[in-house]
Amino acid sequence: MNSLVEVSGVSKVYARGREQIEVLHHLDLQIPTGDFVALMGPSGSGKTTLLNLIGGLDVPTDGSITVGGERIDRLSEGALARWRAAHVGFVFQFYNLLPVLTARRNVELPLLLTRLSAAQRRRNADIALELVGLRDRSAHKPGELSGGQQQRVAIARAIVSDPTLLVCDEPTGDLDRQSAAEVLSLLQRLNREHGKTIIMVTHDPKAAEYASHTLHLDKGTLVEHGELPLP
Amino acid sequence: MKYLHLVLSALLRRKTRTIFTLLSVLAAFLLFGLLDSVRSAFANAGHDIAGVDRLVTVSRISFTLSLPKSLLERIASTPGVAEVSYLYPEWQLSPAEREAFRNTRTGAVVGERLARKYQWKLGDKIPLQATIFPQKGGSNAWTFDLVGIFHENDPKQKDQEDVLFFNWDYFDEARAFGNGNVGWYVSRVSDRKMAARVAQAIDMLSVNSDHETKTQTEQAFQASFVSQFGDIGMIVGMIMSAVFFTLILLTGNTMAQAVRERVPEFAVLKTIGFSNRSVLLLVLAESVLLIVLGGAAGLLLAGVAVSALSVSIGGALPMLPVGAPIWARGLAIMVLIGLLVGSLPARRGMRLRIVDALAGR
Repeated sequence: MNSLVEVSGVSKVYARGREQIEVLHHLDLQIPTGDFVALMGPSGSGKTTLLNLIGGLDVPTDGSITVGGERIDRLSEGALARWRAAHVGFVFQFYNLLPVLTARRNVELPLLLTRLSAAQRRRNADIALELVGLRDRSAHKPGELSGGQQQRVAIARAIVSDPTLLVCDEPTGDLDRQSAAEVLSLLQRLNREHGKTIIMVTHDPKAAEYASHTLHLDKGTLVEHGELPLP
Repeated sequence: MKYLHLVLSALLRRKTRTIFTLLSVLAAFLLFGLLDSVRSAFANAGHDIAGVDRLVTVSRISFTLSLPKSLLERIASTPGVAEVSYLYPEWQLSPAEREAFRNTRTGAVVGERLARKYQWKLGDKIPLQATIFPQKGGSNAWTFDLVGIFHENDPKQKDQEDVLFFNWDYFDEARAFGNGNVGWYVSRVSDRKMAARVAQAIDMLSVNSDHETKTQTEQAFQASFVSQFGDIGMIVGMIMSAVFFTLILLTGNTMAQAVRERVPEFAVLKTIGFSNRSVLLLVLAESVLLIVLGGAAGLLLAGVAVSALSVSIGGALPMLPVGAPIWARGLAIMVLIGLLVGSLPARRGMRLRIVDALAGR
Protein backbone atom coordinates (compact mmCIF):
# COMPACT_ATOMS: atom_id res chain seq x y z
CA MET A 1 0.00 0.00 0.00
CA ASN A 2 1.25 3.53 -0.79
CA SER A 3 2.46 5.62 2.11
CA LEU A 4 0.48 8.77 2.64
CA VAL A 5 2.80 10.01 5.36
CA GLU A 6 6.56 9.55 5.33
CA VAL A 7 8.54 10.87 8.27
CA SER A 8 12.24 10.52 7.77
CA GLY A 9 14.98 11.29 10.30
CA VAL A 10 12.81 13.93 12.00
CA SER A 11 14.08 15.71 15.08
CA LYS A 12 12.38 18.54 16.90
CA VAL A 13 14.19 20.73 19.35
CA TYR A 14 12.50 23.39 21.48
CA ALA A 15 14.32 26.12 23.30
CA ARG A 16 13.18 26.69 26.87
CA GLY A 17 15.15 29.67 28.03
CA ARG A 18 18.77 28.71 27.39
CA GLU A 19 17.97 25.04 27.54
CA GLN A 20 17.51 23.04 24.34
CA ILE A 21 14.98 20.22 24.63
CA GLU A 22 14.96 17.56 21.97
CA VAL A 23 11.38 16.28 21.83
CA LEU A 24 11.78 13.96 18.84
CA HIS A 25 15.01 12.08 17.99
CA HIS A 26 15.66 11.13 14.37
CA LEU A 27 12.27 9.58 14.00
CA ASP A 28 11.30 7.48 10.95
CA LEU A 29 7.70 6.56 10.25
CA GLN A 30 5.48 5.61 7.34
CA ILE A 31 1.71 5.61 7.43
CA PRO A 32 -0.12 4.01 4.52
CA THR A 33 -3.06 5.67 2.80
CA GLY A 34 -6.34 4.67 4.43
CA ASP A 35 -4.75 3.67 7.73
CA PHE A 36 -6.12 4.49 11.17
CA VAL A 37 -3.21 4.89 13.52
CA ALA A 38 -3.34 5.41 17.26
CA LEU A 39 -0.33 7.21 18.68
CA MET A 40 0.24 6.41 22.33
CA GLY A 41 2.83 7.15 24.92
CA PRO A 42 3.40 8.88 28.23
CA SER A 43 3.07 12.64 28.67
CA GLY A 44 6.03 14.46 27.14
CA SER A 45 6.87 11.58 24.82
CA GLY A 46 6.38 13.78 21.74
CA LYS A 47 2.99 12.48 20.51
CA THR A 48 1.40 15.87 19.99
CA THR A 49 4.63 17.28 18.57
CA LEU A 50 4.71 14.52 15.98
CA LEU A 51 1.04 15.05 15.19
CA ASN A 52 1.62 18.79 14.77
CA LEU A 53 4.52 18.15 12.41
CA ILE A 54 2.53 15.70 10.27
CA GLY A 55 -0.43 18.12 10.24
CA GLY A 56 1.78 20.97 9.08
CA LEU A 57 1.25 23.06 12.23
CA ASP A 58 4.94 23.06 13.03
CA VAL A 59 8.17 22.40 11.19
CA PRO A 60 10.87 19.91 12.14
CA THR A 61 14.31 21.00 13.27
CA ASP A 62 15.81 18.27 11.14
CA GLY A 63 14.62 15.58 8.73
CA SER A 64 11.83 15.53 6.20
CA ILE A 65 8.07 15.05 6.23
CA THR A 66 6.25 14.08 3.08
CA VAL A 67 2.47 13.91 2.98
CA GLY A 68 0.69 12.84 -0.18
CA GLY A 69 3.93 13.25 -2.09
CA GLU A 70 4.53 16.82 -0.90
CA ARG A 71 7.57 17.79 1.21
CA ILE A 72 5.68 19.90 3.71
CA ASP A 73 8.76 20.74 5.78
CA ARG A 74 9.95 22.86 2.85
CA LEU A 75 6.75 24.86 2.41
CA SER A 76 6.55 28.52 3.36
CA GLU A 77 4.13 29.56 6.07
CA GLY A 78 1.52 30.73 3.55
CA ALA A 79 1.89 27.62 1.38
CA LEU A 80 1.63 25.44 4.46
CA ALA A 81 -1.63 27.18 5.45
CA ARG A 82 -3.05 26.53 1.96
CA TRP A 83 -1.85 22.93 2.12
CA ARG A 84 -3.54 22.38 5.49
CA ALA A 85 -6.78 23.88 4.17
CA ALA A 86 -6.79 21.46 1.24
CA HIS A 87 -5.44 18.25 2.73
CA VAL A 88 -5.84 18.00 6.51
CA GLY A 89 -8.72 17.99 8.95
CA PHE A 90 -8.03 18.64 12.63
CA VAL A 91 -9.90 17.41 15.70
CA PHE A 92 -8.83 18.68 19.13
CA GLN A 93 -9.40 17.43 22.65
CA PHE A 94 -11.45 20.49 23.64
CA TYR A 95 -13.32 20.71 20.31
CA ASN A 96 -12.12 24.30 19.72
CA LEU A 97 -15.35 25.44 18.13
CA LEU A 98 -16.07 29.16 17.86
CA PRO A 99 -18.66 29.73 20.60
CA VAL A 100 -20.40 32.63 18.85
CA LEU A 101 -21.12 30.65 15.67
CA THR A 102 -23.79 28.03 15.14
CA ALA A 103 -22.80 24.44 14.44
CA ARG A 104 -23.39 24.99 10.72
CA ARG A 105 -21.29 28.18 10.67
CA ASN A 106 -18.51 26.37 12.53
CA VAL A 107 -18.55 23.54 10.02
CA GLU A 108 -18.58 26.03 7.15
CA LEU A 109 -15.37 27.74 8.35
CA PRO A 110 -12.88 25.75 6.22
CA LEU A 111 -15.11 26.29 3.17
CA LEU A 112 -14.71 30.06 3.48
CA LEU A 113 -11.24 29.48 2.06
CA THR A 114 -12.67 27.89 -1.09
CA ARG A 115 -14.48 29.42 -4.04
CA LEU A 116 -17.76 27.75 -3.19
CA SER A 117 -20.87 29.90 -3.16
CA ALA A 118 -22.75 30.55 0.07
CA ALA A 119 -25.43 28.05 -0.94
CA GLN A 120 -22.84 25.38 -1.76
CA ARG A 121 -21.04 26.00 1.51
CA ARG A 122 -24.27 25.64 3.40
CA ARG A 123 -25.17 22.46 1.53
CA ASN A 124 -21.76 20.88 2.16
CA ALA A 125 -21.89 21.85 5.84
CA ASP A 126 -25.31 20.22 6.13
CA ILE A 127 -24.01 17.04 4.47
CA ALA A 128 -21.09 16.90 6.94
CA LEU A 129 -23.45 17.45 9.86
CA GLU A 130 -25.73 14.74 8.49
CA LEU A 131 -22.76 12.41 8.37
CA VAL A 132 -22.02 12.96 12.06
CA GLY A 133 -25.72 12.70 12.94
CA LEU A 134 -26.25 16.32 13.92
CA ARG A 135 -28.17 17.76 10.97
CA ASP A 136 -31.02 18.69 13.33
CA ARG A 137 -28.67 20.65 15.61
CA SER A 138 -27.16 22.81 12.87
CA ALA A 139 -28.65 26.03 14.23
CA HIS A 140 -27.38 25.43 17.75
CA LYS A 141 -24.37 27.14 19.18
CA PRO A 142 -21.64 25.05 20.87
CA GLY A 143 -22.83 26.11 24.32
CA GLU A 144 -26.18 24.49 23.57
CA LEU A 145 -24.61 21.12 22.71
CA SER A 146 -23.17 18.32 24.87
CA GLY A 147 -19.46 17.56 24.81
CA GLY A 148 -19.96 14.56 22.54
CA GLN A 149 -22.10 16.59 20.16
CA GLN A 150 -19.54 19.39 20.09
CA GLN A 151 -16.82 16.91 19.22
CA ARG A 152 -18.97 15.52 16.42
CA VAL A 153 -19.44 19.08 15.10
CA ALA A 154 -15.65 19.44 15.25
CA ILE A 155 -15.32 16.21 13.23
CA ALA A 156 -17.84 17.55 10.71
CA ARG A 157 -15.69 20.69 10.42
CA ALA A 158 -12.62 18.52 9.93
CA ILE A 159 -14.14 16.51 7.08
CA VAL A 160 -16.23 19.17 5.33
CA SER A 161 -13.53 20.05 2.83
CA ASP A 162 -12.95 16.34 2.17
CA PRO A 163 -9.32 16.16 3.33
CA THR A 164 -7.15 13.10 2.80
CA LEU A 165 -5.82 13.08 6.33
CA LEU A 166 -7.47 13.55 9.70
CA VAL A 167 -5.27 14.34 12.69
CA CYS A 168 -6.97 13.98 16.04
CA ASP A 169 -5.35 15.08 19.28
CA GLU A 170 -6.98 13.24 22.20
CA PRO A 171 -10.43 13.50 20.60
CA THR A 172 -12.08 11.62 23.47
CA GLY A 173 -9.98 13.07 26.29
CA ASP A 174 -12.78 15.33 27.50
CA LEU A 175 -15.71 12.95 26.94
CA ASP A 176 -17.58 10.38 29.01
CA ARG A 177 -17.26 6.78 27.92
CA GLN A 178 -20.47 6.65 25.89
CA SER A 179 -19.79 9.88 24.02
CA ALA A 180 -16.21 8.73 23.49
CA ALA A 181 -17.45 5.45 21.98
CA GLU A 182 -19.74 7.39 19.61
CA VAL A 183 -16.93 9.66 18.49
CA LEU A 184 -14.52 6.76 18.01
CA SER A 185 -17.11 4.78 16.06
CA LEU A 186 -17.62 7.82 13.88
CA LEU A 187 -13.89 8.10 13.23
CA GLN A 188 -13.74 4.39 12.46
CA ARG A 189 -16.61 4.75 10.00
CA LEU A 190 -14.88 7.70 8.32
CA ASN A 191 -11.81 5.52 7.98
CA ARG A 192 -13.54 2.39 6.75
CA GLU A 193 -16.36 3.79 4.64
CA HIS A 194 -14.86 7.04 3.41
CA GLY A 195 -11.22 6.02 3.22
CA LYS A 196 -9.89 8.77 5.45
CA THR A 197 -6.42 8.26 6.81
CA ILE A 198 -6.53 9.01 10.51
CA ILE A 199 -3.78 9.63 13.00
CA MET A 200 -5.07 9.84 16.55
CA VAL A 201 -3.14 10.72 19.68
CA THR A 202 -4.63 9.07 22.75
CA HIS A 203 -3.80 8.02 26.27
CA ASP A 204 -6.71 5.64 26.39
CA PRO A 205 -6.02 2.01 25.37
CA LYS A 206 -9.77 1.54 24.82
CA ALA A 207 -9.73 4.35 22.28
CA ALA A 208 -6.66 2.88 20.62
CA GLU A 209 -8.60 -0.33 20.04
CA TYR A 210 -10.64 1.44 17.41
CA ALA A 211 -7.50 2.08 15.36
CA SER A 212 -5.99 -0.48 13.02
CA HIS A 213 -2.46 0.19 14.26
CA THR A 214 -0.94 1.54 17.43
CA LEU A 215 2.38 3.32 17.60
CA HIS A 216 4.12 3.91 20.91
CA LEU A 217 6.38 6.85 21.50
CA ASP A 218 8.68 7.25 24.47
CA LYS A 219 11.13 10.10 24.97
CA GLY A 220 10.82 11.12 21.36
CA THR A 221 11.52 7.70 19.91
CA LEU A 222 9.19 5.19 18.33
CA VAL A 223 9.48 2.14 20.57
CA GLU A 224 6.94 -0.30 19.28
CA HIS A 225 4.62 -0.93 16.35
CA GLY A 226 1.63 -2.96 17.34
CA GLU A 227 -1.03 -4.35 15.09
CA LEU A 228 -4.20 -4.72 17.05
CA PRO A 229 -7.27 -6.76 16.28
CA LEU A 230 -10.21 -4.67 15.08
CA PRO A 231 -12.91 -4.23 17.74
CA MET B 1 -18.41 39.79 2.39
CA LYS B 2 -18.31 36.08 3.17
CA TYR B 3 -16.31 36.88 6.30
CA LEU B 4 -18.81 39.50 7.51
CA HIS B 5 -20.63 37.11 9.84
CA LEU B 6 -17.30 36.24 11.45
CA VAL B 7 -16.56 39.91 12.09
CA LEU B 8 -20.06 40.66 13.35
CA SER B 9 -20.17 37.64 15.62
CA ALA B 10 -16.83 38.67 17.10
CA LEU B 11 -18.27 42.10 17.89
CA LEU B 12 -21.38 40.58 19.45
CA ARG B 13 -19.40 38.19 21.63
CA ARG B 14 -19.42 40.59 24.57
CA LYS B 15 -22.46 42.69 23.94
CA THR B 16 -22.16 44.98 26.97
CA ARG B 17 -18.55 45.83 26.21
CA THR B 18 -19.38 46.45 22.56
CA ILE B 19 -22.35 48.67 23.45
CA PHE B 20 -20.28 50.81 25.82
CA THR B 21 -17.48 51.10 23.29
CA LEU B 22 -19.99 52.04 20.58
CA LEU B 23 -21.43 54.71 22.88
CA SER B 24 -17.96 56.16 23.44
CA VAL B 25 -17.34 56.28 19.71
CA LEU B 26 -20.80 57.74 19.15
CA ALA B 27 -20.15 60.51 21.69
CA ALA B 28 -16.80 61.35 20.10
CA PHE B 29 -18.25 61.62 16.60
CA LEU B 30 -21.33 63.48 17.80
CA LEU B 31 -18.93 66.08 19.17
CA PHE B 32 -16.92 65.96 15.95
CA GLY B 33 -20.07 66.52 13.87
CA LEU B 34 -21.16 69.51 15.96
CA LEU B 35 -17.73 71.12 16.12
CA ASP B 36 -16.93 70.50 12.48
CA SER B 37 -20.26 72.04 11.58
CA VAL B 38 -19.27 75.21 13.45
CA ARG B 39 -15.72 75.14 12.08
CA SER B 40 -17.02 74.72 8.51
CA ALA B 41 -19.44 77.59 9.01
CA PHE B 42 -16.58 79.85 10.13
CA ALA B 43 -14.27 78.59 7.40
CA ASN B 44 -16.92 79.28 4.74
CA ALA B 45 -17.91 82.65 6.19
CA GLY B 46 -18.45 85.09 3.37
CA HIS B 47 -18.15 82.45 0.62
CA ASP B 48 -21.90 82.26 0.15
CA ILE B 49 -22.56 85.97 0.23
CA ALA B 50 -25.00 86.72 -2.57
CA GLY B 51 -23.85 90.22 -3.41
CA VAL B 52 -20.35 89.97 -4.78
CA ASP B 53 -20.90 93.45 -6.15
CA ARG B 54 -21.33 94.93 -2.67
CA LEU B 55 -18.79 96.88 -0.65
CA VAL B 56 -18.77 97.47 3.09
CA THR B 57 -17.16 100.62 4.45
CA VAL B 58 -16.15 100.65 8.13
CA SER B 59 -13.77 102.65 10.30
CA ARG B 60 -10.15 101.79 9.49
CA ILE B 61 -9.37 101.52 13.21
CA SER B 62 -12.20 99.19 14.21
CA PHE B 63 -15.62 98.33 12.90
CA THR B 64 -16.96 99.18 16.35
CA LEU B 65 -16.14 102.86 15.80
CA SER B 66 -18.80 104.99 14.11
CA LEU B 67 -18.58 106.94 10.87
CA PRO B 68 -20.24 110.30 10.16
CA LYS B 69 -23.60 110.30 8.41
CA SER B 70 -22.19 112.98 6.11
CA LEU B 71 -20.23 110.29 4.30
CA LEU B 72 -23.45 108.85 2.85
CA GLU B 73 -23.89 111.37 0.09
CA ARG B 74 -20.20 111.43 -0.72
CA ILE B 75 -20.07 107.65 -1.06
CA ALA B 76 -23.25 107.69 -3.14
CA SER B 77 -21.71 110.18 -5.52
CA THR B 78 -18.45 108.27 -5.90
CA PRO B 79 -18.04 107.12 -9.52
CA GLY B 80 -18.89 103.44 -9.82
CA VAL B 81 -21.26 103.37 -6.81
CA ALA B 82 -24.79 102.50 -7.93
CA GLU B 83 -26.54 102.63 -4.58
CA VAL B 84 -25.93 102.93 -0.82
CA SER B 85 -28.51 101.03 1.19
CA TYR B 86 -29.21 98.55 3.96
CA LEU B 87 -32.12 96.78 2.30
CA TYR B 88 -30.66 93.84 0.41
CA PRO B 89 -32.33 92.87 -2.87
CA GLU B 90 -32.19 89.13 -2.01
CA TRP B 91 -34.58 89.71 0.88
CA GLN B 92 -38.09 89.01 -0.30
CA LEU B 93 -40.09 92.00 0.96
CA SER B 94 -43.27 93.15 -0.79
CA PRO B 95 -43.15 96.64 -2.37
CA ALA B 96 -45.92 97.75 -0.02
CA GLU B 97 -43.98 96.68 3.05
CA ARG B 98 -40.81 98.23 1.68
CA GLU B 99 -42.70 101.48 1.17
CA ALA B 100 -44.26 101.27 4.65
CA PHE B 101 -40.83 100.84 6.13
CA ARG B 102 -39.53 103.95 4.37
CA ASN B 103 -42.55 106.01 5.39
CA THR B 104 -42.94 104.89 9.03
CA ARG B 105 -40.44 106.61 11.28
CA THR B 106 -40.81 104.01 14.03
CA GLY B 107 -41.17 101.20 11.49
CA ALA B 108 -39.19 97.96 11.62
CA VAL B 109 -38.88 94.92 9.37
CA VAL B 110 -37.90 91.48 10.64
CA GLY B 111 -36.95 88.18 9.09
CA GLU B 112 -39.57 85.46 8.82
CA ARG B 113 -37.72 83.12 11.21
CA LEU B 114 -37.47 85.77 13.91
CA ALA B 115 -41.16 86.72 13.48
CA ARG B 116 -42.12 83.05 13.77
CA LYS B 117 -39.96 82.61 16.87
CA TYR B 118 -41.70 85.46 18.75
CA GLN B 119 -45.07 85.04 16.97
CA TRP B 120 -44.95 88.61 15.69
CA LYS B 121 -47.35 89.77 13.01
CA LEU B 122 -47.65 92.96 10.98
CA GLY B 123 -48.93 95.86 13.07
CA ASP B 124 -47.42 94.56 16.30
CA LYS B 125 -45.50 96.93 18.51
CA ILE B 126 -42.09 95.50 19.35
CA PRO B 127 -40.48 96.75 22.55
CA LEU B 128 -36.69 96.50 22.80
CA GLN B 129 -34.53 97.13 25.84
CA ALA B 130 -31.33 98.94 24.79
CA THR B 131 -28.05 97.91 26.36
CA ILE B 132 -25.86 100.58 24.72
CA PHE B 133 -27.99 103.43 23.46
CA PRO B 134 -30.51 105.03 25.85
CA GLN B 135 -33.05 107.59 24.65
CA LYS B 136 -32.52 111.28 25.35
CA GLY B 137 -34.98 111.07 28.24
CA GLY B 138 -32.87 108.36 29.85
CA SER B 139 -35.19 105.50 29.02
CA ASN B 140 -33.69 102.34 27.62
CA ALA B 141 -37.01 101.22 26.16
CA TRP B 142 -37.42 101.53 22.38
CA THR B 143 -40.68 100.64 20.68
CA PHE B 144 -40.99 99.87 16.98
CA ASP B 145 -43.95 99.20 14.71
CA LEU B 146 -43.66 96.02 12.67
CA VAL B 147 -44.41 97.01 9.08
CA GLY B 148 -42.71 94.24 7.11
CA ILE B 149 -41.61 90.60 7.30
CA PHE B 150 -39.03 89.48 4.78
CA HIS B 151 -37.80 86.03 3.88
CA GLU B 152 -34.58 84.76 2.43
CA ASN B 153 -34.81 82.26 -0.42
CA ASP B 154 -31.30 80.85 -0.11
CA PRO B 155 -31.39 78.02 2.50
CA LYS B 156 -27.72 78.70 3.31
CA GLN B 157 -28.57 82.27 4.24
CA LYS B 158 -31.57 81.48 6.43
CA ASP B 159 -29.80 82.96 9.46
CA GLN B 160 -30.31 86.34 7.77
CA GLU B 161 -33.94 85.96 8.82
CA ASP B 162 -32.93 86.31 12.45
CA VAL B 163 -32.45 90.07 12.29
CA LEU B 164 -34.57 93.16 12.89
CA PHE B 165 -34.03 96.42 11.02
CA PHE B 166 -35.37 99.85 12.01
CA ASN B 167 -34.97 103.31 10.57
CA TRP B 168 -31.75 105.09 11.39
CA ASP B 169 -33.41 108.54 11.32
CA TYR B 170 -35.75 107.69 14.22
CA PHE B 171 -32.94 106.09 16.21
CA ASP B 172 -30.51 108.96 15.57
CA GLU B 173 -32.96 111.65 16.62
CA ALA B 174 -33.94 109.91 19.83
CA ARG B 175 -30.66 108.48 21.10
CA ALA B 176 -28.76 110.22 23.90
CA PHE B 177 -25.30 110.20 22.29
CA GLY B 178 -23.43 109.40 19.13
CA ASN B 179 -25.82 111.36 16.97
CA GLY B 180 -25.00 111.83 13.34
CA ASN B 181 -22.93 108.68 13.19
CA VAL B 182 -23.50 105.29 11.59
CA GLY B 183 -21.83 101.94 12.08
CA TRP B 184 -20.98 101.11 8.47
CA TYR B 185 -22.11 101.72 4.92
CA VAL B 186 -23.07 99.10 2.37
CA SER B 187 -22.81 100.20 -1.25
CA ARG B 188 -23.44 98.44 -4.53
CA VAL B 189 -21.04 98.96 -7.40
CA SER B 190 -22.32 99.27 -10.95
CA ASP B 191 -19.56 96.97 -12.27
CA ARG B 192 -18.14 94.29 -10.00
CA LYS B 193 -14.86 94.31 -11.95
CA MET B 194 -14.40 97.87 -10.72
CA ALA B 195 -14.97 96.96 -7.06
CA ALA B 196 -11.33 97.33 -5.98
CA ARG B 197 -10.97 100.69 -7.65
CA VAL B 198 -14.29 101.96 -6.22
CA ALA B 199 -13.29 100.76 -2.73
CA GLN B 200 -10.07 102.69 -3.02
CA ALA B 201 -11.98 105.80 -4.17
CA ILE B 202 -14.36 105.57 -1.20
CA ASP B 203 -11.45 105.28 1.24
CA MET B 204 -9.82 108.31 -0.39
CA LEU B 205 -12.86 110.37 0.70
CA SER B 206 -11.76 110.21 4.35
CA VAL B 207 -8.03 109.97 4.01
CA ASN B 208 -6.14 112.03 6.61
CA SER B 209 -9.40 112.70 8.50
CA ASP B 210 -10.33 111.55 12.00
CA HIS B 211 -12.58 108.90 10.50
CA GLU B 212 -10.47 107.11 7.93
CA THR B 213 -12.31 104.19 6.37
CA LYS B 214 -11.58 100.71 5.17
CA THR B 215 -13.72 99.53 2.28
CA GLN B 216 -13.74 95.92 1.17
CA THR B 217 -16.05 93.49 -0.53
CA GLU B 218 -18.81 92.09 1.62
CA GLN B 219 -17.22 88.64 1.36
CA ALA B 220 -13.87 89.90 2.68
CA PHE B 221 -15.65 91.88 5.39
CA GLN B 222 -17.52 88.78 6.61
CA ALA B 223 -14.35 86.73 6.60
CA SER B 224 -12.39 89.33 8.60
CA PHE B 225 -15.34 89.75 10.96
CA VAL B 226 -15.38 86.02 11.66
CA SER B 227 -11.61 85.90 12.11
CA GLN B 228 -12.05 88.16 15.16
CA PHE B 229 -13.43 85.11 16.99
CA GLY B 230 -9.98 83.56 16.80
CA ASP B 231 -8.72 80.56 14.87
CA ILE B 232 -11.82 78.36 15.16
CA GLY B 233 -10.20 75.66 13.05
CA MET B 234 -7.28 75.40 15.45
CA ILE B 235 -9.50 75.39 18.54
CA VAL B 236 -11.76 72.69 17.08
CA GLY B 237 -8.69 70.75 15.94
CA MET B 238 -7.22 70.80 19.43
CA ILE B 239 -10.45 69.71 21.10
CA MET B 240 -10.98 66.90 18.58
CA SER B 241 -7.35 65.76 18.89
CA ALA B 242 -7.86 65.33 22.63
CA VAL B 243 -11.17 63.53 22.09
CA PHE B 244 -9.81 61.20 19.42
CA PHE B 245 -6.66 60.51 21.42
CA THR B 246 -8.82 59.35 24.34
CA LEU B 247 -10.96 57.35 21.93
CA ILE B 248 -7.89 55.63 20.49
CA LEU B 249 -6.72 54.61 23.98
CA LEU B 250 -10.17 53.36 24.91
CA THR B 251 -10.97 51.40 21.77
CA GLY B 252 -7.36 50.22 21.48
CA ASN B 253 -7.68 48.67 24.92
CA THR B 254 -11.02 47.11 23.97
CA MET B 255 -9.59 45.59 20.80
CA ALA B 256 -6.48 44.33 22.57
CA GLN B 257 -8.66 42.65 25.18
CA ALA B 258 -10.98 41.20 22.51
CA VAL B 259 -8.06 39.66 20.63
CA ARG B 260 -6.33 38.41 23.78
CA GLU B 261 -9.49 36.52 24.74
CA ARG B 262 -9.67 34.88 21.33
CA VAL B 263 -6.09 33.76 20.83
CA PRO B 264 -7.09 30.05 20.81
CA GLU B 265 -9.79 30.79 18.23
CA PHE B 266 -7.33 32.56 15.96
CA ALA B 267 -5.09 29.53 16.38
CA VAL B 268 -7.95 27.32 15.22
CA LEU B 269 -8.59 29.54 12.21
CA LYS B 270 -4.93 29.35 11.28
CA THR B 271 -4.94 25.60 11.85
CA ILE B 272 -7.72 25.07 9.34
CA GLY B 273 -5.90 27.15 6.77
CA PHE B 274 -6.54 30.85 7.35
CA SER B 275 -3.40 32.71 6.39
CA ASN B 276 -1.64 35.27 8.59
CA ARG B 277 -2.97 37.97 6.29
CA SER B 278 -6.56 36.73 6.64
CA VAL B 279 -6.31 36.87 10.43
CA LEU B 280 -4.79 40.36 10.24
CA LEU B 281 -7.60 41.56 7.97
CA LEU B 282 -10.29 39.98 10.16
CA VAL B 283 -9.11 41.88 13.22
CA LEU B 284 -8.68 45.13 11.29
CA ALA B 285 -12.15 44.74 9.77
CA GLU B 286 -13.60 44.18 13.25
CA SER B 287 -11.87 47.28 14.57
CA VAL B 288 -12.87 49.49 11.61
CA LEU B 289 -16.46 48.22 11.72
CA LEU B 290 -16.71 48.99 15.44
CA ILE B 291 -15.57 52.59 14.90
CA VAL B 292 -17.61 53.12 11.73
CA LEU B 293 -20.83 51.85 13.34
CA GLY B 294 -20.42 54.09 16.39
CA GLY B 295 -19.10 57.01 14.35
CA ALA B 296 -21.89 56.89 11.78
CA ALA B 297 -24.47 56.86 14.55
CA GLY B 298 -22.70 59.84 16.11
CA LEU B 299 -22.70 61.80 12.85
CA LEU B 300 -26.37 60.99 12.23
CA LEU B 301 -27.17 62.30 15.69
CA ALA B 302 -25.01 65.37 15.06
CA GLY B 303 -27.03 66.05 11.90
CA VAL B 304 -30.25 65.99 13.89
CA ALA B 305 -28.72 68.09 16.68
CA VAL B 306 -27.39 70.72 14.26
CA SER B 307 -30.83 71.06 12.64
CA ALA B 308 -32.46 71.42 16.04
CA LEU B 309 -29.84 73.86 17.33
CA SER B 310 -30.00 76.01 14.18
CA VAL B 311 -33.71 76.50 14.78
CA SER B 312 -33.46 77.09 18.53
CA ILE B 313 -30.43 79.40 18.69
CA GLY B 314 -30.84 80.96 15.26
CA GLY B 315 -27.78 82.75 13.95
CA ALA B 316 -26.20 83.16 17.38
CA LEU B 317 -23.78 80.34 16.54
CA PRO B 318 -23.14 79.70 12.86
CA MET B 319 -23.46 76.00 12.00
CA LEU B 320 -23.42 74.27 8.63
CA PRO B 321 -25.64 71.21 8.11
CA VAL B 322 -23.80 67.89 8.58
CA GLY B 323 -23.48 67.28 4.86
CA ALA B 324 -21.24 65.34 2.52
CA PRO B 325 -17.96 67.13 3.34
CA ILE B 326 -18.34 66.54 7.09
CA TRP B 327 -19.36 62.90 6.46
CA ALA B 328 -16.36 62.41 4.18
CA ARG B 329 -13.98 63.81 6.78
CA GLY B 330 -15.71 61.82 9.54
CA LEU B 331 -15.55 58.54 7.63
CA ALA B 332 -11.89 59.07 6.81
CA ILE B 333 -11.15 59.66 10.51
CA MET B 334 -13.22 56.59 11.48
CA VAL B 335 -11.31 54.32 9.11
CA LEU B 336 -8.00 55.79 10.22
CA ILE B 337 -8.78 55.30 13.92
CA GLY B 338 -10.13 51.81 13.20
CA LEU B 339 -6.91 50.82 11.44
CA LEU B 340 -4.80 52.44 14.13
CA VAL B 341 -6.46 50.77 17.10
CA GLY B 342 -6.71 47.43 15.28
CA SER B 343 -3.13 47.31 14.07
CA LEU B 344 -1.40 46.11 17.23
CA PRO B 345 -3.99 43.44 18.17
CA ALA B 346 -4.13 42.38 14.52
CA ARG B 347 -0.36 41.92 14.47
CA ARG B 348 -0.62 39.82 17.58
CA GLY B 349 -3.30 37.64 15.97
CA MET B 350 -1.29 37.36 12.79
CA ARG B 351 1.98 36.43 14.45
CA LEU B 352 0.76 33.90 16.98
CA ARG B 353 2.31 30.45 16.70
CA ILE B 354 -0.42 27.86 16.32
CA VAL B 355 1.15 25.20 18.52
CA ASP B 356 1.86 27.68 21.33
CA ALA B 357 -1.63 29.19 21.17
CA LEU B 358 -3.32 25.79 21.13
CA ALA B 359 -1.21 24.70 24.08
CA GLY B 360 -2.26 27.86 25.95
CA ARG B 361 1.31 29.23 26.03
